Amino acid sequence: MFAYLAKRVIQAIAVMFVISLIAFAIQGNLGDPLRELVGQSVSEEVRQQLRDELGLNDSFVTQYLRFAGNALQGDLGTSYFFKEPALDVILKKLPATLELVFGATLIIVGLSVPLGVYTAIKPNSILSRIIMGLSIIGISIPVFLTAILMIFVFSVEFGWLPSYGRGDTVQVWGYWQTNFATADGWLHIILPSIALASIMLPLFVRLIRAEMMEVLQSEYVKYAKAKGINPWRIYFVHALKNTLLPVITVGGVQIGTMVAYTILTETVFQWPGMGFMFLEAVNRVDTPLIVAYLIVVGFIFVVTNTIVDLIYGLVNPTVNIARMGA
Amino acid sequence: MTKFVRSLAAAAVVAMAPVAYAETTVRVAYDADPVSLDPHEQLSGGTLQLSHMVFDPLVRWTQDLQFEPRLAESWEQIDGTTMRFKLRSGVTFHSGNPLTANDVDWTFDRLKQSDDFKGIFAPFTDVEVVDDMTFDLKTSEPYPLVLHTATYIFPMDSAFYSGTTADGKEKAEVVKHGDSFASRNVSGTGPFIVSEREQGVRVVFDRYADYWDSESGGNVDKIVLSPIKEDPTRVAALLSGDVDFIAPVPPTDLKRVEEAEGVDLITMPGTRIITFQMNQERVEAFKDARVRKAIDYAVNNAGIVDRIMRGFGTVGGQASPSGYLGYSEEFAPRFDLEKAKALMAEAGYADGFSITMMAPNNRYVNDDKIAQAVASMLAQINIKVDLQTMPKAQYWPAFDERAADMMMIGWHADTEDSANFHQFLTACPDDATGNGQYNSGNYCNEEADKLMNEANAETDPAKRAELLQKLEGILYEEAAFIPLHWQNLAWGAKSGMNAAEIVNALNFPYFGDLVVETGS
Repeated sequence: MFAYLAKRVIQAIAVMFVISLIAFAIQGNLGDPLRELVGQSVSEEVRQQLRDELGLNDSFVTQYLRFAGNALQGDLGTSYFFKEPALDVILKKLPATLELVFGATLIIVGLSVPLGVYTAIKPNSILSRIIMGLSIIGISIPVFLTAILMIFVFSVEFGWLPSYGRGDTVQVWGYWQTNFATADGWLHIILPSIALASIMLPLFVRLIRAEMMEVLQSEYVKYAKAKGINPWRIYFVHALKNTLLPVITVGGVQIGTMVAYTILTETVFQWPGMGFMFLEAVNRVDTPLIVAYLIVVGFIFVVTNTIVDLIYGLVNPTVNIARMGA
Repeated sequence: MTKFVRSLAAAAVVAMAPVAYAETTVRVAYDADPVSLDPHEQLSGGTLQLSHMVFDPLVRWTQDLQFEPRLAESWEQIDGTTMRFKLRSGVTFHSGNPLTANDVDWTFDRLKQSDDFKGIFAPFTDVEVVDDMTFDLKTSEPYPLVLHTATYIFPMDSAFYSGTTADGKEKAEVVKHGDSFASRNVSGTGPFIVSEREQGVRVVFDRYADYWDSESGGNVDKIVLSPIKEDPTRVAALLSGDVDFIAPVPPTDLKRVEEAEGVDLITMPGTRIITFQMNQERVEAFKDARVRKAIDYAVNNAGIVDRIMRGFGTVGGQASPSGYLGYSEEFAPRFDLEKAKALMAEAGYADGFSITMMAPNNRYVNDDKIAQAVASMLAQINIKVDLQTMPKAQYWPAFDERAADMMMIGWHADTEDSANFHQFLTACPDDATGNGQYNSGNYCNEEADKLMNEANAETDPAKRAELLQKLEGILYEEAAFIPLHWQNLAWGAKSGMNAAEIVNALNFPYFGDLVVETGS
């Protein structure tokens, strides 16, 4: 077991090294940060001097070694725009993103189960057809389009919900400010959460439906029906339990990819989270922040994957034997 | 007990109610927020917008591009190189310190150290303090743009910015990137105090209770500025009433904002010219003025403004916008396809040639679409264009390398003066002086440069206008570059805000003077 653990950790470190190298290598192709930092009539001479000060004229290897040395001490550089350590900037933006992902998850969990179950039980009803039709549209419309449409319908036309930002937030702990403590905060998170959920929700409805239909065909459900058990009890206690196992496995992975969709959602709603910050950083050629974001996100993925693998290994020893052989 | 709580709550409501109603708050959404609270860190629209809220300039521009006294009450020319300013008395900084000539002197020295501003202040040698309320602004040569430049002097609170911080850094230091005292702390004389700031999310300004300008009817107590970068979201925020004032309104939404109830669209011609430059070092044919003229004749810039800009631009035939000294109606936009073909034939290029073209796709309004249109217009005179558009972050390094035969550049003169266009865009490139730094066409005409130098030493506005118009005339005759249009400016505001009174062609609204109708 220990050998397996050590192996996985070494693998994780190797992956992080590659991520840092790639993240650092692309920075040369992002453009010249000086253009965003200085006015238009500043002379080339002064620009060159600033490039020297920023260390942009050093060789790639020198720059990378300096970066890696600092990174090992928890220093990922200083954002040009925020004038703060890049890691601090990201940690400050993280709660907004996590709350948004949480809001979207609530919507997905709350809606996908009843909708999925219903369309599985009554696959031919009109309502089911409507739900399935909508889910196709939901999957095919890009997130930013959904978001803009919702803003124009619910903010501009009806005036029900705010169009941008987080609204009133309440300080909870450290960098964490929450949306869920005020009515204004709740109103602000509704549209962005729906937009973010709009891609995943149809996916889960369809997944639950497919699994459920399969389960409903199984012998034990038929047997339960024959015994005259209340159909609702069959659907929601016996069948659903077996349906949800694969769904939860897939869901764990999908919530990870949702972080990627936050970039689009946050930009449209000007949600002050990590995704919005990242896109802005790209526009401003704020290289330290871009590199730090890629490394932090990479780190989150590597850590979760490693933990998932380790848990698999603990739960099912055959898995790690098979893996070690591979 | 419950009775006590209830009466306490009632008392609290009564006590708080008048405060809540008396306050006039304006919520503003721009496409970006200032990069720093330090007015000297970056010379950009965002910084100047902030400066006009938190600081005050010595003089400022009016809507019709005249000078208006602000912290300087009056001024007079003492000799060829000295302008004497009298300061307004009774002005205090947000810290409570009174404004004196020493603050101006201190601010001037700091401007001279700022990478972004020292170019503008290069002709100026010194500020000499005469007495507490009087100072002389000195130039090395007679210089016509003293007042133009004085609009960039926003006196800073020298006492507030002197000394060192807890960690031993100079408070006055101008730091381009990274953390400095001035980038986070601010004390000016302006109508508003920065009370809260989360960069990239929100800046809150409170009215400065002791603001000197009591004649101004400005009645805004609080401004909340949020950057909303996405065009559709910014427009939606205005239309839904989440914000009261937005800038810019994107061309695609002009009609929508104009027709919407409860909001007004305010537009004005701007002073930024969009142009194409033709690189004579890369393409032999561009050395021939007839070819350059043919291109100018082939480009239908009125059509571009009409179709691509949806009427939201002012068609240009030269660099200087109307209101600048160099502007003349004589230099009208050219468009005549037959003439263009004839000129090409005359120059021996009837069969045309192939060129490369580059333009940014996120810097100017519709920049990539404009470039596509120009490319297809050139096809009509047999010039085959290989067009490449890219984000500005990649475009500027390419522009510096002069990486294509024709390149797009837009320019706004920091000095609000015609000579500035020539100095950066069409003057003979010279590394020592920095002239022609953005001249990717490598156009060079000694006579034009001579006119610019003469104009820059001429303090009589009438004679200056003559020189600058002559200069523009040469560039026009030679088709030194292809002028397209001046971008218009557009703001959206809640009706009844009187926002049209405080905006200007330079795009720094004077929020201190904003009179919002209350109780409507």
